[in-house]
Amino acid sequence: MSSVSLKKDGLDEKGEPLSFYQLEEHHHPEGSSTMLGFWMYLMSDCLIFAVLFAAYGVLGSSYAGGPTPKEIFELPLVAVNTAMLLFSSITYGFAMLSMEEGRQRIMQMWLAFTGLFGLCFLSIEMYEFATLIHEGAGPTRSAFLSSFFTLVGTHGLHVTMGFIWLVTLMVQVQKHGLIAANKRRLMCLSMFWHFLDVIWIGVFTFVYLMGSLR
Amino acid sequence: MTDRHATPHDAHAEHAHDDHAHGHDDHGNDHASHGTRGSYLKGFFLSVLLTAVPFWAVMTGAFKDPSTAALVIMLFAVLQIIVHMIYFLHMNTKSENGWTMMALIFTIILVVITLSGSIWVMYHMNTNMMPMQAAVDM
Repeated sequence: MSSVSLKKDGLDEKGEPLSFYQLEEHHHPEGSSTMLGFWMYLMSDCLIFAVLFAAYGVLGSSYAGGPTPKEIFELPLVAVNTAMLLFSSITYGFAMLSMEEGRQRIMQMWLAFTGLFGLCFLSIEMYEFATLIHEGAGPTRSAFLSSFFTLVGTHGLHVTMGFIWLVTLMVQVQKHGLIAANKRRLMCLSMFWHFLDVIWIGVFTFVYLMGSLR
Repeated sequence: MTDRHATPHDAHAEHAHDDHAHGHDDHGNDHASHGTRGSYLKGFFLSVLLTAVPFWAVMTGAFKDPSTAALVIMLFAVLQIIVHMIYFLHMNTKSENGWTMMALIFTIILVVITLSGSIWVMYHMNTNMMPMQAAVDM
């Protein structure tokens, strides 16, 4: 457009009317912006967790005469939980590799393993929460426990959603095969799942390990 | 018809062709940076190591000084987050023309402000707060 010379009659060299805007919207192939958009979602989700971490950081030492982290956290259990999430991350990675190779059955197997590890993680977390509440260290006991349950519970809720999403995609792949749309969805879930693992690193470091140091 | 006034249908066809020629990478649709079995395993073993060491340090009480221990496990957490970003989330400066990295940097800045700001401000509020007993005595 830069070479267009203005003439009095408002026509360019070819005699076409001058236009200073694009008539057609720039075309994007279907789903081309999904990954970037999903990344933006993950980043905004990251901010939700940042706020919950900040709340925990501020309230984490307000015990109101109730139990302290050292008394209630069982580190071996947390270590097992962390291992579950790490295993699920590597099995999801292998599922993505199988997807790239177009080996659907093997991919489904790795996804099943991922779901299984995710389910183990959730069961252990439920057990931990149930034990805490049973011991009288429920979310209503102190500001520390309220912020603890909110932070860890929100992460657990994300994992639950990820698990439901995983099962949904396994059914989708079984029904429609490894079509482009399913591949794109699996890539999004891959980012989501690995992102949850990154958040968990923050949780076990700031909540459990540093809590046990106090 | 000149190409500037091509019908929408023609324009689509041309663009689609164009995208296959060179534009695909620009749209990040061609996910070449998918990692290999080796890179996944490498990331996995690194993160196992970076998880196991802090757990070991806290559970055995290897550090006498709690603040040293806190610093060390925070360092391990940062390292592990970087490992996950590179080996599992395949972060690099080139994907989506660098926009994922931009979004990440922006988010990290916001997270740091939120966390350090809240903790810093609330710590001072707490220390400057009148003790409950003093308030009752007045």
